[in-house]
Amino acid sequence: MQHVQTFIGHYNYFITIFLMVSGLYIVIARGNMIKKLVGLALFQTSVYLLYIEPGKIIGGTAPILDPAFKVYSNPLPHVLILTAIVVGVATLALGLAIVARIHEAYGTIEEDEIFAREAQE
Amino acid sequence: MRFDVVQHLPALQVVIPLLGAVLAAFLRRGIVAWGLASVVTGLMPLIAGGLLWQVLQAGPISYHLGGWPPPWGIEYRVDVLNAFVLLLVSAVSAVMMPFARRSVAFEIEGDKQASFYSMYLLCLTGLLGITITGDAFNAFVFLEISSLSTYVLIAMGRDRRALLAAYQYLIMGTIGATFYVIGVGLLYLVTGSLNMVDIASRLGPASAEHFRPIVVALAFLTVGVSLKLALFPLHVWLPNAYAFAPSFATAFLAATATKVAVYLFIRIFFSIFGIAVSLESLRVCDVLLALSVAAMFIASVLAVYEQNLKRMLAYSSVAQIGYITFGIGLANQNGLTGGAVHLFNHALMKGALFLALGAVLYRAGTVKLAELGGIGRRMPLTFAAFVIAGLGIIGTPGTAGFISKWYLALGALDQGRWPLVFLIVASSLIALVYIGRVVEVAYFRATSEAAEKASDPPWNMLVPILVLAVATVYFGFFTELSAGIAAKAAQTLIGGLK
Repeated sequence: MQHVQTFIGHYNYFITIFLMVSGLYIVIARGNMIKKLVGLALFQTSVYLLYIEPGKIIGGTAPILDPAFKVYSNPLPHVLILTAIVVGVATLALGLAIVARIHEAYGTIEEDEIFAREAQE
Repeated sequence: MRFDVVQHLPALQVVIPLLGAVLAAFLRRGIVAWGLASVVTGLMPLIAGGLLWQVLQAGPISYHLGGWPPPWGIEYRVDVLNAFVLLLVSAVSAVMMPFARRSVAFEIEGDKQASFYSMYLLCLTGLLGITITGDAFNAFVFLEISSLSTYVLIAMGRDRRALLAAYQYLIMGTIGATFYVIGVGLLYLVTGSLNMVDIASRLGPASAEHFRPIVVALAFLTVGVSLKLALFPLHVWLPNAYAFAPSFATAFLAATATKVAVYLFIRIFFSIFGIAVSLESLRVCDVLLALSVAAMFIASVLAVYEQNLKRMLAYSSVAQIGYITFGIGLANQNGLTGGAVHLFNHALMKGALFLALGAVLYRAGTVKLAELGGIGRRMPLTFAAFVIAGLGIIGTPGTAGFISKWYLALGALDQGRWPLVFLIVASSLIALVYIGRVVEVAYFRATSEAAEKASDPPWNMLVPILVLAVATVYFGFFTELSAGIAAKAAQTLIGGLK
């Protein structure tokens, strides 16, 4: 019973870790370069959740200085993750741009086909 | 209010190249962008030198960005260790700049040259930023700034395989950076702080209650940064990235990027975790030593069998990074001094070697060993520098490489582990094989077709190569600036250990 309670009490963390691991798995297991980037984006995005979840306090408000409010949620993780989102978007954009160039140069974005072609030369 | 330049040096160290990168992005002509990049890069060692001097005189500098005091605001914290790394990164880049003009013009199309310099300056910003910041999350942002610009620099290589190398590095580098953020996130959950000094002071009390998340955080940070510094076996991205990037980018990255990642590694190990929890209880040092020894041998052997000289030197870099992490793994005064001084020395030697190869590519049009018979006779000065820096990589007495290995051996002896000394010497002999192989082809084979038309490059390419080669010898005899400061940095780090 206690385990079930722990699980339900932390279900959001289990979701986060599931997303994290599946993202990393896609990066490793897939040969298609776009799918790899999708996995990478999933992996990065799950980390945003890891930061934001602990900052939320149930019943807490935004940090407004007012005697009416006593419990605040931590705003810092949001700020950090805003930065991380920008980094993530830039990485994804650059990754896609490189894949587009690879497609121009090789005519395919399947890793095994490209490596086979390189091995022939 | 008067603007006091000296007081704001830490911020200027990062802001000047950042503005330079933005400006360069608006320029059209490659030569103008090169001029801008040279001026900006030329200012960097002056600032870094000023910071190092201040630190040696008056102790660590704490600079509060925007006037917000730490731990709330972002703090730039300069102590002996990072002032040393700042000076190294900025001085080596400044020495290399004259080389860039012709090499970049030769390897990169005209309309893309300005973007190349813009990316180079952005990368420099990121590297200096990682080194100077005292905030763990800020370090992540700079890590990504330098990484993203590095991917672009690599993708600008002439060969289409450069694109593959950039893609592969993007995937691995992003995984590494994300691991780093996860580690920082866990530390933030445990300590509620992002300032490195503040984390270190809160981690000790927190470790009694939350030991497991701290170990997990250390694991994530170690793996993440190890990916960036290409610790064996996480080095897979490095050989192709170095082989297919433009020559100047390769020399710049080999001399600076991995060094800055190593610096971050030292910071995490000694300034954050080492202060809070005893490193022995975490059992990371032995793992690090084992991986370092594996790097020293396996990567060196791979270098022996490599036909493309740029790839050969890239494998050699992986092996040499092994020596640096070896010193970190020893975690005693002499070992850490050896690691830190090898960080310095290796930057000089690898810089000289990669620049020499850049000159070979410029004159002979190839870096395949089989096509370079007799090139040493055709490019006497370039290859003289290559041989001197190569002797440094081997660790011959009288070169900087010997000093590093001497300290590493002393560090191993201090722990009473004499077999490790034997391993250092044995792995150096493999370096003798791969450098010797190049010397044999370059001087004692019949002159090949490619070598026939080659000659020493123009002076503005030659001088940086020679300066770095002379520095290799200079720091083999006069170690005040290299080993002296490294020992001071090591003393501070070891002294803080629990």
